[in-house]
Amino acid sequence: MSPRRTPSGGRIDRLRTIRFTFDGTAYAGHQGDTLASALLSNGVSLFGRSFKYHRPRGVLTAGIDEPNALVTVLRGDVREPNIPATMVEIYEGLVAVSQNRFPSLAYDVSAINQLGGKFISAGFYYKTFMGPVIGPLKGTRFWMLCEKIIRRAAGLGRAGNVPDPSRYERMNAFCDVLVVGSGPAGLSAAREAATSGARVILAELDPTFGGSANWSGETIDGEPAIAWASDIVGELRDHDNVRLLKRTTVWGYYDGNTLAAIERVGDHKATPAKGAPRHRHWTIRAKNVVLASGAFERPLVFAGNDRPGVMMASAAMRYANQYGVLPGDKIVVFANNDSAYSAAATLNKAGATIVAIADLRQDVSEDCRTLARECGAELLTGHAVIATEGAKKLAGVKLAAFSIAAGVLPGNARKIEADCLIVSGGWSPTIHLASQAGARPVWDDDLQAFLPPESGNGWYGAGGFNGTFSTADAILEGFAAGRKAAGQPEVEIGTAPDIEPAALDPRPAPVFEIKANGKAFVDYQHDVTADDVRLAHLEGFVSVEHLKRYTTLGMATDQGKGSNVPGLAIMAEAVGKPIPEVGTTRFRPPYAPVSVGSLAAERFGDLKPDRLTPMHDWHLENGATMYSAGLWHRPMIYGEPGETVEQAYVREAQTTRQAAGIVDVSTLGKIAVQGPDAAEFLDRVYTNLFSTLPVGKARYGLMLREDGLVFDDGTTWRLGDNDFLMTTTTANAGKVMQHLEYFLDVVWPELRVHLTSVTDQWAGAAIGGPRAREILAACVTGTKVDNEALPFMGIVHGEIAGAPVLICRLSFSGEMAFEVYSGSGHGTHVWEALIEAGEPFGMVPYGLEALSTMRIEKGHVTGAEIDGRTSARDLHLGWMLSKKKPFIGSAMMDREGLVASGRLELVGLISLDNRPLNGGAHIVAEIDTDNPHGSLGHITAACFSPALGKYIALALVSGGKARHGKRAHVSDPLRNRFGPVEIVSHHFFDPEGKRMHG
Amino acid sequence: MAEYSALSLLKNALSGNRDWKPAWRKASPKPSYDVVVIGGGGHGLSTAYYLAKEHGITNVAVLEKGYLGSGNVGRNTTAVRSNYLLPQNTRFYEHSMKMWENLSHDLNYNVMFSQRGVLNLAHTPGQLDDLARKGNAMRHLGVDAELMTPAQIGRRVPGLDMSRSARFPIYGGLMQERAGTARHDAVAWGYARGADRRGVDIIENCEVTGFLRDGDRIVGVTSNRGEIRARKVAVAVAGSTGRVMQLAGVDKMPIESQVLQAFVSESLKPFLDTVLTFGMGHFYVGQSDKGGLVYGGDLDGYNSYAQRGNLPIVEEVMSEMVALFPSLAPVRVLRSWGGVCDMSMDGSPIITTGPLPGMYLNCGWCYGGFKATPASGFCFAHTIARDAPHELSAPFTLDRFSRGAVIDDKGQGPTPRLH
Amino acid sequence: MLITCPYCGPRDVSEFAYQGDGNRKRPDPASTDPETWNAYVYDRLNPAGAHNEIWQHAGGCRAHLAVVRDTLTHEVSSVRFAREHGAPTHGRRKSGAKA
Repeated sequence: MSPRRTPSGGRIDRLRTIRFTFDGTAYAGHQGDTLASALLSNGVSLFGRSFKYHRPRGVLTAGIDEPNALVTVLRGDVREPNIPATMVEIYEGLVAVSQNRFPSLAYDVSAINQLGGKFISAGFYYKTFMGPVIGPLKGTRFWMLCEKIIRRAAGLGRAGNVPDPSRYERMNAFCDVLVVGSGPAGLSAAREAATSGARVILAELDPTFGGSANWSGETIDGEPAIAWASDIVGELRDHDNVRLLKRTTVWGYYDGNTLAAIERVGDHKATPAKGAPRHRHWTIRAKNVVLASGAFERPLVFAGNDRPGVMMASAAMRYANQYGVLPGDKIVVFANNDSAYSAAATLNKAGATIVAIADLRQDVSEDCRTLARECGAELLTGHAVIATEGAKKLAGVKLAAFSIAAGVLPGNARKIEADCLIVSGGWSPTIHLASQAGARPVWDDDLQAFLPPESGNGWYGAGGFNGTFSTADAILEGFAAGRKAAGQPEVEIGTAPDIEPAALDPRPAPVFEIKANGKAFVDYQHDVTADDVRLAHLEGFVSVEHLKRYTTLGMATDQGKGSNVPGLAIMAEAVGKPIPEVGTTRFRPPYAPVSVGSLAAERFGDLKPDRLTPMHDWHLENGATMYSAGLWHRPMIYGEPGETVEQAYVREAQTTRQAAGIVDVSTLGKIAVQGPDAAEFLDRVYTNLFSTLPVGKARYGLMLREDGLVFDDGTTWRLGDNDFLMTTTTANAGKVMQHLEYFLDVVWPELRVHLTSVTDQWAGAAIGGPRAREILAACVTGTKVDNEALPFMGIVHGEIAGAPVLICRLSFSGEMAFEVYSGSGHGTHVWEALIEAGEPFGMVPYGLEALSTMRIEKGHVTGAEIDGRTSARDLHLGWMLSKKKPFIGSAMMDREGLVASGRLELVGLISLDNRPLNGGAHIVAEIDTDNPHGSLGHITAACFSPALGKYIALALVSGGKARHGKRAHVSDPLRNRFGPVEIVSHHFFDPEGKRMHG
Repeated sequence: MAEYSALSLLKNALSGNRDWKPAWRKASPKPSYDVVVIGGGGHGLSTAYYLAKEHGITNVAVLEKGYLGSGNVGRNTTAVRSNYLLPQNTRFYEHSMKMWENLSHDLNYNVMFSQRGVLNLAHTPGQLDDLARKGNAMRHLGVDAELMTPAQIGRRVPGLDMSRSARFPIYGGLMQERAGTARHDAVAWGYARGADRRGVDIIENCEVTGFLRDGDRIVGVTSNRGEIRARKVAVAVAGSTGRVMQLAGVDKMPIESQVLQAFVSESLKPFLDTVLTFGMGHFYVGQSDKGGLVYGGDLDGYNSYAQRGNLPIVEEVMSEMVALFPSLAPVRVLRSWGGVCDMSMDGSPIITTGPLPGMYLNCGWCYGGFKATPASGFCFAHTIARDAPHELSAPFTLDRFSRGAVIDDKGQGPTPRLH
Repeated sequence: MLITCPYCGPRDVSEFAYQGDGNRKRPDPASTDPETWNAYVYDRLNPAGAHNEIWQHAGGCRAHLAVVRDTLTHEVSSVRFAREHGAPTHGRRKSGAKA
């Protein structure tokens, strides 16, 4: 038997022993234990170290509000840091380690920080570490030196560098009623809503449903609360309109009653079930929500309140009743309200000695006096704990007389030996989700707490969430909220269930802090003391947000669940205003920390869809090296063994210019523009005319944005009077489609035009080169492809290997070239037929590098030049700006800034030192390697030109054409490449276009 | 002894920390001032500070409708950098960077400026060329920038997925080593304290409800704390520009207010020693000195003054984070929040006289305002004091749009959500 | 945030693309008045409260919708087809505000 395990009781399975390790030491616990309960049962009292002072800390709570007992859970080399031990269900082989300590939890050298306590009070960083004004540590360098040391001392757990192999999953759910919390109020609400036929989701963050019923020790209508709860859960299970989610924290309340929740599916298992994810991210769209999220007991602020062995009263009760663990043998109780008396009674019944009960109030109810008597405790009313003793474990407490009006009274303090001090400072309803949804909480003087409004837009509250602490009333409220949420008419509420023992008075005395010597913690994890709060006040950091930001109060992993109200109360006292006038914080998602992986869900390991052309597999099988172009994967080169990238693309381009080449152009955006007004529409969106384009011909078109700058370019083919096929650049396909749709739908709804994106419906292959026509002729049937049938920019329909194709004679490479489109399903079939037909002619497949090389040689522009800042004139496309009609961008394209001299214009560059040029290099008049300056522009694309036998580039250079024939230099300090270039026309190769016109 | 120093800390520690003074006085409005600055955020406070320090104009009030620094100065992800493509931007932000380098000394307030570098990642050869273009543009203006190879990046950022089989493999990156982070709140408080010590009245909980006019001219404001007259009224309320300008009868601006969410993880031991941006989406991450990973992504993408965003962007940002750092999947996000950004039509700010006589306007910071805080206040103070733009902020006028002289670093045109 | 598309029903905001201020009227294409064009291309109404805006149901029927939405609460009060109704309207705008 473990030293602190009660002989019986609790909801653990004593027949099942589970072995685990903490900081390398082996321990045993039982099925149903949390890491916290199991370690407590083994007599462990030291769980962690605090953030700033590295003070030894125990476990304060039994739930999600735990500030102290944070651990890292290891699964192999995968680290999951900062998990409250109270939330870790033990499993066979669990490995957990403590955090923020060196060399060990028991002996942490950084604990020396405590000595500097007053020196490193709140905000001390801002006042020092500025260092010298001159010398090597001037500027911010001294701070950066200090920062390195500070950063190492700060921080909690360590994240790993080993990829998490877990799977995460997403679920979307819809319901009429989402019930958050499965305590008596939540269960009652869920039952009522489910009975009415509503689709219900009940979410419970713990592994078992029932909430406080699991540890209250109450009976409900004569039945143990646990049994009452499991009866209802059983009933709910039988409804097929109910979904029960345990281990599920609802953490976000977003617009439109969209709630986010995380289900911890596999965390409690050594190995996840087959196919099960570790976490499941739920997006729940609920017509209505019942918030039955309960309340948190809050600590009192007194000197030494962080000593391991100090614990919340409700937590101690939960450890005894739910886990069969006693947090101590000799227990002192310290409270400002009645609820701690139930805890005392419970612990006494479970076998602990209650040495004394110190109550801050003078007047204590008869019920409480009876409870104190029954558990044999000395009742000290009007008393406070003013200090605690012990090193890494509580040894005793110091008590003194206290009055609410005057604080600690002079006189002899009294020492009492104890190994556990349980504390209750009142209760704060868990209103986080309501606050996220925009509710403004209201201060309640009776309960000394912020309460939610009665209901909100889409939610109703019940139980502890409302500040209703009696189980009987909580059940009734749940009933009413469940009905309302399910849209049922209100009915007379029946009699309240009979609860034993009778509820105690939940109203606390308005005391939050006991002022005495010693560090009294408000925010445990971040080591924010009551004095820090007062210092913030002294320095003017009075508003709640300033308090938070200056002291870091409430910014720790527990998000201030226990510390917000006490901190506010201490500030209110300092300011001399009532608490509600000091304000409250608006809570933001998440309610409790959520794993990043769960939110990525199925996108973890698979960020974006892969867009593959129909011929993708062929490319891979034929040696292509692929790279990303947006979401697409495209061949870069089809390298041969031993070839460099440059050798490969030079060979591909050269072969294309000498014989023929083929390239996959399926990624081009393709939009079917159809309807009686299609031509008119195109006239408006392109800078040039399309209404004059004959059927069976294609035309190169240019689009501007409304602001007059170039947007996109491409060819559009007239397939019929009212039928056009538009192509766009790969990168802009989606944007162009949206642009066109916007104008049709919003600006010109009178135009009878229909747009259909057909990018994925067509596979495209471009073949070019002097032998291209012969290759086509060898495989195309049903049409001639000679100059007469298929002149430059002509379009024909035909067949290749039995598959229908659409062929347009247009050229990006500058060669005699054709784009062959087929239905995507025929893409590979047609491609392979073309490859086969090309073989006798020496045709090669080429990738994007060769494509780019040939377009640079021709001076064609792409996204590198159409970068959203260039005008048509900058790109020497002014000839495409029709004067016969207005078009999108025509009204704005002549503004002074867009026609100013000195704009960057497209030019060609030839390397004069026969060394490669780099994209992104700048152009200068004179090289200055030490102090580069005077940029005239930059290189947009560069290559080795097999046609010219030189390294060439396209560039945008100020002055542009005027510099043709002049010498300049590339200046590329990033890659240490400087050298002379000649600025030339961007039409490097075959400027008259003889080759493509053939 | 400087008011704030290690020595003063020690002295005060010995006397129980009872002698510290408020960082700034809780001033009440006087009937009139030489300059009223609307907006007690980073830019409003730095404007007041430089009006006093550089121009000797100390009869100044800063009016803040809530608590000081309640807007974006306390909501950003704290990156400070000058890695811009276009020279107008680079010059301005580099001037800011130089001011950052000495800001703690200037303010006698440690703003924790940490030059740990900002690294932009490239995922295709084309992106690497784009980054090279930007880096070279910076180098030609005397600003530091370096290209990093994948091997160098892997060493600098150990948790990154450097595998070639990653969905978007890393081809390289552009590093600005002098860039980094600062403690955002400290910037607001440091400027507030500096301005206060020079005589500026900082008035919190003072909401401007309208403008006082003499004919066309703005001659002051009405507020929930009464009328306040001023020879010059300066507006520095990025995030609320639409609201405040509407009070002055200016309904339309080249601005949309949009919400940007930000996130912080639970505190971790040092994990990331620089600030990183992803190239195939919109994601950036750094680590605070307290250990939280501070990160964010794209705008929610619609007009909002609500300081709250929605779930799709949350999911997108987290997905991008674990795509870069697959070991961070088990790490937990602790807090999220939203800030309202003045998204301008070219992604660049507006610092100008006008648009009404007697008024001066500083707005349109998109989500890049934090790093600009020193230079923005410096140039805006100049504009107010001299009634003429500072040469560094001269390109950022309101009429640049009609003139076609936009400063569009991303080349996205007049679609604010894309900048 | 949910937007109720008249074709598709209530759908998540992630299905929609925001197209901005719906009060803008494109000038007569033949007009070359720089001020009119400048205002159309660059100036936006940006109210705190009810706002007329255009959204495209990009992940659905792709229709453009004239939506009235509150920029303080994100509540959507009206959704209609932009095509049939042109720019969205609501009666809240103060006098003096130009469309």
